[in-house]
Amino acid sequence: MPRTVSPTVHLPPFQRLVDDHAAELHRFLVASVGSIDAQDCLQETFLSALRAYPRLRHAGNLRAWLYTIAQRKATDAVRSRIRHRAGDIEAVAEGRLAGEPHPVPDDGLWRSVRELPAKQRAAVVHRYVFDLAYREVGERMGISEEAARQNVNAGLRRLRMEVDR
Amino acid sequence: MTDLEGQLRNPLIPAYDPQALTAGLAERAEASRLLDVAYAELDSPIGELIVFVTPRGLLRVKYADEPIESVLADVATRVSPRILRAPSRTDAVRRELDGYFSLRRRRFDLPIDWSLVRGFAGGVLRQTARIPFGDVRSYGQVAAEAGSPRAARAAGNALGSNPIPIVVPCHRVLHANGSLGGYSGGLDRKRYLLALEGSLPKRD
Repeated sequence: MPRTVSPTVHLPPFQRLVDDHAAELHRFLVASVGSIDAQDCLQETFLSALRAYPRLRHAGNLRAWLYTIAQRKATDAVRSRIRHRAGDIEAVAEGRLAGEPHPVPDDGLWRSVRELPAKQRAAVVHRYVFDLAYREVGERMGISEEAARQNVNAGLRRLRMEVDR
Repeated sequence: MTDLEGQLRNPLIPAYDPQALTAGLAERAEASRLLDVAYAELDSPIGELIVFVTPRGLLRVKYADEPIESVLADVATRVSPRILRAPSRTDAVRRELDGYFSLRRRRFDLPIDWSLVRGFAGGVLRQTARIPFGDVRSYGQVAAEAGSPRAARAAGNALGSNPIPIVVPCHRVLHANGSLGGYSGGLDRKRYLLALEGSLPKRD
């Protein structure tokens, strides 16, 4: 087992990150990718975080760090869903997906949220699902308050176009 | 607030299942060799124990009076911060401790990870690990076996900082005059363990 501890950074035991942030990251991921993929994305998020953890140079904003990873995993999941959509449609036609649990939220609006560009999707989810001010959205995403506002607004514009269509 | 914003604010999100996450995560972390330290609680006649294991072996046994947060922080700093609660990884320790407390087992075959032990204390504790069930030693004897016959007091300190009580049986070390000496887990626990092994000095 490699001993990879940096002597200067005091990282909390990883289990603490899971205990403190799993529930909110799960909520973020359900809103971002739907409930079917969220559980797997959550595991992927923590697994990636665990891999990189001992190499972190500071323990300042672990929450934003986890959200950044979750955002990336959500993007991967959405891309792979889009790639496999043709397969899904065939599967539905054959009735193979009929027994799958009903994904929530999965109506038209949330489907459109999933397909927003990654930063807009994350910003919209933080802003509305967590009911955060732009400054807090920025903190969680590691971007400025102004950038957070722009991403939320761009996301809303796009959603409006989708919904009106 | 627009209607769209209102809809975004009220998603129905299913409850999250922490058990499923923890079990799945520990399993995948171990398969990817990312689980450096696993820990879990287990019951014993002398209170709840929390045991910590690494791929090398048993690293730490914590009695209920020690605060879990400080033990976790210490392990994170001195061994690795890649720590997860993973009961499945501690099954072997649970089996052997259950066997010991029910007198079905008189010696532990668990591999030990000595990472939390340094220097003279390491020598003392390694010697202590060889004291058989039902037997006792004096502090001076253990110091001598560790190569420093006159370091009885230092041996006492080393035993007091034993990170792996019960399995490294520091309770089997007593004063030469037969009095119990000290115990990091409290003298009641020392008495219980010695009585279990049938070696509690008469006047105690």
